[in-house]
Amino acid sequence: MFVAVHPPSPSQSLISALLAAGLQPVPIGSPSEVTDRAPHQGFALAVVQVTDDLGLAIGTAGKLRSDHGLPVLLVTDRTNTADLDDLDGFDDFLLSPIDVAELRVRAARLALVGVEPEPEVLRHRELELNTATYQATLAGEPRDLTYMEYELLRFFVENPGRVWSRQQLLSAVWGYDYFGGARTVDVHVRRLRAKLGEERSSWITTVRSVGYRFG
Amino acid sequence: MSREHDYVMRTVEERGVRFIRLWFTDVLGMLKSFAITPAELETAFEEGMRFDGSSIDGFSRRHESEMLARPDPRTFQILPWREGEFGAARMFCDIVTPEGEPFEGDPRWVLRRNLERAHELGYSLYVGPELEYFYFKDSSADPVVLDRGGYFDLTPLDVAQEYRRQTILTLERLGIPVESSHHEVSPSQHELDLRHTDALTMADNVVTARLAVKEVAMEHGIYATFMPKPLESYDGSGMHLHLSLFSGDENVFHEEGAEFGLSKTARGFIAGLLHHGREITAVTNQWVNSYKRLVTGFDAPVYEQWGRHDQSAVVLVPAAKRNKPGAARIEYRSPDSACNPYLAFSLILAAGLAGIENNYDLPEGRLGDSPSVPAGTHRLPSNLAEALDAMEASDLVRSTLGDHVFKWFIRNKRDEWDRYQSHVSRFELETYLPVL
Repeated sequence: MFVAVHPPSPSQSLISALLAAGLQPVPIGSPSEVTDRAPHQGFALAVVQVTDDLGLAIGTAGKLRSDHGLPVLLVTDRTNTADLDDLDGFDDFLLSPIDVAELRVRAARLALVGVEPEPEVLRHRELELNTATYQATLAGEPRDLTYMEYELLRFFVENPGRVWSRQQLLSAVWGYDYFGGARTVDVHVRRLRAKLGEERSSWITTVRSVGYRFG
Repeated sequence: MSREHDYVMRTVEERGVRFIRLWFTDVLGMLKSFAITPAELETAFEEGMRFDGSSIDGFSRRHESEMLARPDPRTFQILPWREGEFGAARMFCDIVTPEGEPFEGDPRWVLRRNLERAHELGYSLYVGPELEYFYFKDSSADPVVLDRGGYFDLTPLDVAQEYRRQTILTLERLGIPVESSHHEVSPSQHELDLRHTDALTMADNVVTARLAVKEVAMEHGIYATFMPKPLESYDGSGMHLHLSLFSGDENVFHEEGAEFGLSKTARGFIAGLLHHGREITAVTNQWVNSYKRLVTGFDAPVYEQWGRHDQSAVVLVPAAKRNKPGAARIEYRSPDSACNPYLAFSLILAAGLAGIENNYDLPEGRLGDSPSVPAGTHRLPSNLAEALDAMEASDLVRSTLGDHVFKWFIRNKRDEWDRYQSHVSRFELETYLPVL
C-alpha cells in the first residue's frame, strides 16, 4: 500500500513505523507532486506529520484531500492535540511516539473508507464558496476573486475562529515555493476585506503582532 | 492541469467570459495583447499560444521569430470595462521559446529572475508607486489641459476629479487598491498612490493601471498621458517608488533606535542606489523627454544624494512611524511613470542589493536646509545620451538585464537619441535665427 508522506523528510521514527507497518512511503514536497510521484496503482492515503508549522501541515492536508482525494492521517505529538480541536482538513490522527499496530489499523481503515467528501458549498453567513466551480457569492451576488484570494478565503472559511500567523497562512495557501514573502498575506487580506465590503471587513480580524483570524 | 488552471477555466465558464486577453510587454514596457477564446484556454496553459515575435520591440532575433505566450493563471482577472455582451478577462503571460525555455527578452522573466536571486538571499522587495499623469483634451501635439484658467477651461475641476474617482473604482475592481489620490501641482495633473505589493505583482499592476487610466479617460472622451514632461512650464509626471525589503515577516529596513530608524541593510541599499544610480537611469527614465523632467526648479530629483525633505535628492527617507516598523521604507524619486516597471524594479533591486552585499559606504545625507550641494556629488544624467553612456559601462546593468535586453535597449535608445539630435527644435529657431 503506497502512502504519500509529507514533509518529504519526516522524523526517522515515522519512517521506521511506516515500514514496520508494511506500508510503502513515498516522500512528497508539496501536494502538487502527488500526481507526478504516484505509483502505478496510486496512493491509498497520505500521512502528514505536524512539524513546527501547523499551518503548513493543515494546508497540505487540506489540499491532499480536496484536490487529490486522498484520505489524510495526521501525525502529531501530544503538545499539539488541543490545536486539532476545531480543525478540518484531515480524516484521522495518530499520536507520536507511534504504535505500529495502531498505525497499521488506522491506515487500513482510512484506505478502505476513503476521503470524506468535502461539501460542495462552503458557507459563512451570507458568503458562499462553491468548491466545484470556484465561485464566491455574497448574498447571492457573484464576487470576482483572483485565484489566490479565493484560496485564502477558502482556507479561512474552512478553518475559522483561530489565529493564523502570516507564515502559517503563506505555507498553507501559497505553498513554500512562493517568493513573494509573508507581506503578501497582508496585501491579500486587505484586498479580501475590500471585496467582502465594508460591513463584512471585520470578518477577518488582525491580531496584533500575531496574524489573522476569520469569523 | 493544476488547480489554478482549473480555477481559471471554471470561472471563464461560470461568468460567461468570451475573450481572454493575453498580456505581456515589450522591452520598453508597452503593453501587448492578443485575445483567445475559451476553447483555446487549455492549449494556452499546456503549451502556450504561438505568436510572431518579430513585430514586438526587442523580441526579434535573427533566425527565429516564433514565440509562445504562456499565461500565468494567478493573474487572471475579469476586465471591468467592455462588460456586458462580451465578457473579457486578462492574464499576464511569460514568454517562452518554441523549445520551452524562458525567452531572455521577456521583461517579466528578467524581473522574476532577479526576484528569485533576492529570494535566495532571503529578501523580498515591496514597492508602492505614486503614478502621476495628465489629462488632456486629446493626444494632439499642442496639449490642452482640462482645468484651471488661462488655458481652455474645458471642464470644471470637479469633473476631472470624477474621472479620477472612476479610475480608482476601476482599479479596485481589478484588484489594485489605491491608497490615496489627489490633484497634482500642475494643471490637469493627477496622482494615484497604489498600495504596496511584492515587486512582480506591482509591475503587473503598474502596467494594468496605465491602461485603466487611459481606458477611463477614453470613455469620457478625453486623453490621459504618462509622458514625463508634456508641459514645459510645469512639473512633469514621475513615479516615486516607496521601497521596502522584507525577510519573512520582518521589514529589514527598520532598526529600532538607529538614526532615522534606518538599519544597516537600509543604508547599504540606499548606498547601492546612489552608487549605481547613474547607470540605471537610462532604464528608469528611458525617453528623450524623461530628462526634461529631471531639472531644477520643478521638485524633481537632480542629485545622486539622499535626504529627509530635499526634493532635489534622488532618495528620501520618510519619517519613521512610531510602533510601525513594518512601514519603514525609502523613496526612490527619479523613475517616471513611462518606464518599463519590470526592468526598472529589476535594476533598483540589483543596485540596492549590490550596496548591501559589498558594504558600500553611505555618503553624508542632505539633512538640513542648506542650499549647497557637497562637492563631488554626482548629478543624475542630464540627457538620454549621458544615461546610455553610464549604462553601457555598467556590469551591474548588463548582468541584471541579461545580454539580449541590454544590447537591444542600448541600440534602440541610441537610435532614438540620434533621431532627436538631428531634429532642429523651436528653441533653436527662436533663439538663433533672429541673431545669427
